[in-house]
Amino acid sequence: MDRLLNVMTGLSALLILLVLASVRRARIRVEYSVAWLIGAAALLVLSRARGLLNAIAGWLGVPYPPLALLLIVGCVFVLIFYRFSVIISQLKDDNIALAQRVAILEYHIQSLKDQAAGC
Amino acid sequence: MSVGAAKLLILIPAFNEEGAVGGVVEAVNSAVPGAPVLVVDDCSRDATVMVARLAGAEVLALPHHLGLGGCVQAGYKLAYELGYEFVIRVDGDGQHDARDIPKVFEALRSSGCEMVIGSRYVNGSGGGTSLVRAAGILFFRMVLRPILGKPVRDPTSGFVGVNRSALAVFSRSFPLEYPEIEALVVLQRRRFRFVEVPCRMLPRRSGRSTITPMKSIYYIVHVLLGVFVNVLKYERRIPKESRRS
Repeated sequence: MDRLLNVMTGLSALLILLVLASVRRARIRVEYSVAWLIGAAALLVLSRARGLLNAIAGWLGVPYPPLALLLIVGCVFVLIFYRFSVIISQLKDDNIALAQRVAILEYHIQSLKDQAAGC
Repeated sequence: MSVGAAKLLILIPAFNEEGAVGGVVEAVNSAVPGAPVLVVDDCSRDATVMVARLAGAEVLALPHHLGLGGCVQAGYKLAYELGYEFVIRVDGDGQHDARDIPKVFEALRSSGCEMVIGSRYVNGSGGGTSLVRAAGILFFRMVLRPILGKPVRDPTSGFVGVNRSALAVFSRSFPLEYPEIEALVVLQRRRFRFVEVPCRMLPRRSGRSTITPMKSIYYIVHVLLGVFVNVLKYERRIPKESRRS
């Protein structure tokens, strides 16, 4: 049990460092790092606070506390993935509308140039 | 055929169709002389844009690849902005016989329907259709029958004419990946009507279809989901009472 919780602690800390490094290098925007940092910090705290983890496991009815932690990890990542799916969909819609608008504006500009050349 | 006063635009979506698009534009020009032809290039890597221009078409060039739905919608948006009353879409691979355009146009003007579908199955066997595609069409006919409230024989046809009302809707909302079937649902949910007219299908002028068996499965799942999402979208927006009336 201790080994599994230690591994979770290590992975959570690694995730926090990775996200912070990515933010520092501007590879992840700050607003998109928040979900990862909150999720990783929560896992770090739960993997270290044995009493809290036991209480949550008891409340969930899970006999083995690390299993409750894995369940929470799964839920956190599902929520993060869902949030990013929503963001990606919105970005894709915006991107398509923008590309169409650029093409239409270029078409209008070309038409005006052609008209000017004709005059 | 006179089209000048009717404000008809022929829309040709094309992606890497340098071998076919020139012939398609020329065929359209001889079938409906005087009608402007707009090729919407979905960021082709070949000489599609140049070939289309040389053949006499106007070209709307997308800055990056959007897929068929995004490509067609860009053309619809431009047509709507330019005030066209009717738009007929013909595929850039040459599979649609341009000589059928007047038939689709006449149906658009006289039927009062917002959409006219050039169908290979009205008065015909749909010759030239692969077994997989024919099975897919049969499947979607059955799915769409209760949703549309009337049978549709060729729901996957890309040979489609729309009037300005449909153009207004599609300019705002158009399915992006496999648009033909979902577009029917989008229109039906707004109580628009469609009619099918018999059309011929020709072999591709060049290249080959990108639809593989795996893509066919993805296509079916994607379109089914899109159909039901469109049905649900409408259910949320329109109260039951107004739909009954």
